[in-house]
Amino acid sequence: MKAFKVHKGKVAPLHRANIDTDQIVPKQFLKRIERTGFGEFLFYDWRRDQNGQLDPGFPLNHSRHKGASILVTGKNFGCGSSREHAVWALDDFGFRAVIAPSFADIFANNCVKNGVLTIVLSEAEVAQLVERATKHEDYQLTIDLQDCEVRDEHGFSAGFQVDEFTRHCLLNGLDDIGLTLQHEREITAYEAVHPAPVRLVS
Amino acid sequence: MKTRTLFEKVWDQHVVSEAEGQPPLLYIDLHLIHEVTSPQAFDGLRTAGRKVRRPERTVATVDHNVPTEPRGTPITDAIAAKQIEALQQNCREFGVRLFDIDSADQGIVHVIGPELGFTQPGMTIVCGDSHTSTHGAFGALAFGIGTSEVEHVLATQCLPQRKPKSMLIKVAGELGPGVSAKDLALGIIAKIGTDGATGHVIEYAGQAVRSLSMEGRMTLCNMSIEAGARAGMVAPDETTYAYVKGRRFAPRDWDSAIERWKALPSDANAGYDAVVELDAAQLSPFVTWGTNPGMVVPVSERVPELSAMKTDAERNAARRMFEYMGLEPGKRIEHITVDRVFIGSCTNSRIEDLRAAAKVARGHRVSSKVRAMVVPGSQAVKRAAEKEGLDQVFRDAGFEWRESGCSMCLGMNPDILQPGERCASTSNRNFEGRQGRGGRTHLVSPMMAAAAAIAGHFIDVRNWEFRN
Ligand code: SF4
Repeated sequence: MKAFKVHKGKVAPLHRANIDTDQIVPKQFLKRIERTGFGEFLFYDWRRDQNGQLDPGFPLNHSRHKGASILVTGKNFGCGSSREHAVWALDDFGFRAVIAPSFADIFANNCVKNGVLTIVLSEAEVAQLVERATKHEDYQLTIDLQDCEVRDEHGFSAGFQVDEFTRHCLLNGLDDIGLTLQHEREITAYEAVHPAPVRLVS
Repeated sequence: MKTRTLFEKVWDQHVVSEAEGQPPLLYIDLHLIHEVTSPQAFDGLRTAGRKVRRPERTVATVDHNVPTEPRGTPITDAIAAKQIEALQQNCREFGVRLFDIDSADQGIVHVIGPELGFTQPGMTIVCGDSHTSTHGAFGALAFGIGTSEVEHVLATQCLPQRKPKSMLIKVAGELGPGVSAKDLALGIIAKIGTDGATGHVIEYAGQAVRSLSMEGRMTLCNMSIEAGARAGMVAPDETTYAYVKGRRFAPRDWDSAIERWKALPSDANAGYDAVVELDAAQLSPFVTWGTNPGMVVPVSERVPELSAMKTDAERNAARRMFEYMGLEPGKRIEHITVDRVFIGSCTNSRIEDLRAAAKVARGHRVSSKVRAMVVPGSQAVKRAAEKEGLDQVFRDAGFEWRESGCSMCLGMNPDILQPGERCASTSNRNFEGRQGRGGRTHLVSPMMAAAAAIAGHFIDVRNWEFRN
């Protein structure tokens, strides 16, 4: 996975609660067998009208949010389907981090695997960031995973919590399959006493 | 010894390693695969030069993309066809057993797992699909994973996992006539919200849950993810054993399996991180009105008024929702007309669901304004239904009778809603565009869906006139 240490970038606000992965990347784009190229499908049905034209009213289409790499959004972000395509789309679009009051479990796991950081801040802090991103032209945040802190240049700063192992993997960009395989002896020992419960030959 | 819950027992039995500073490594007994979330995982294996560690614990099928026209009809969507071919190729190359499109055992992955006897009490089961929670109905710990994790399990048969918290949902009493497991699931989400169980594994218990058939328990556990839960579980009992016994991949050493399974239910006085209690007798048939499963009311009520919302944010969200759904606040649910009806999906496409819907449909005609389809969850369900003559009941009433697959649950195949069309659906998600861009989905039980197809609008199935 990509390493994440300190990231400074432009903020895009999308202040809605319960944004599900069907919205993040609609199912008609899940048929590709590659991991890449999903960025153009991000929030497709919201970003584009029936004829495929960009909707100027949608926040991500505002010129001031162009090139944003940090998404600030509402609670329970990423609920619904387990599709990792949602994270691939965010990543491919250029997002390195998402800030929200809460995330759905599978989505948050999928983010870590792709080096995208999910940061939980309070509803009040998120509301503040949305307000600032709407008010200031070219609003930027710095996310520091070493100090677990988010800050801007207008006096905002907030600490956040992240699981120590996740932080370690992200800081060092570790391949977690490789880490699991370091436990080969234990896995083999487990398998020796737990034979497969299912006979795949009937 | 410390008392433990069902979830804790299954968890403890599967911890391979607990190294300092790392999440526990959990062994996975059964890995289910389908065409949409696996191609990139197999690619990852190839790139890293890795093999599938335990092909004998891995089972694949095609379900999300497959057309529901008669089998043998060519797949017109070239990208979908390519995804199905990719799975066939990957299964050949890595030695994974595939229940392919022309197999007599093909079906929605969460329908065929239990049906073939793969799903068993006490197992850990994963699949690149959030509704893997379905298999928890057997007292298995079953949860959805992303594609990177699919690759992880293929390569190692293990997953590093932080231990989730536990939640007990205890349902006293009995469900009334016309009130189904689906209504129970919706009632629970109405109570705790779509993120009410985030980070938790739910154990469903109480008289109403004990009385459910395995099909009902699967419907209930299936919807756990819609409450945000990692997984849902029901302790195995005689109902469970009777369902598993004699299935093709059920344990051969039956007595020793039963002995193991009998030790699984939670100990008396085992503690949970959260407890929710409900009375089944208070529940009625539910209908969702918005774009998440938590926006749900009893069929006898109305779409909520804006004044019922507590915060500005909720009011704004509701306004958007009303516009998307084409509904006015305060509208009576029974006055909402439908254009389409979909009976199917891993929530409600098992034989018992089809029996319940057929009972309502028998002797009636689908409204001339409605197009209704029934999509059995698997080829085996389809055969069983045909043997009982249910297909004829549906056809006589004017329902389409289709081949098995996910179909209009997510509309990845040609079965989709047109913009603005309104659908009574037995599936699990009413998200914007889920069944087709601009489509409007109302989640209901199979009985309620069949009744809506005939009446042309939602109607309380408790007042239904059953014909023979
Ligand atoms: S039926 Fe629907 S929810 Fe179930 S596995 Fe298929 S797409 Fe997913």
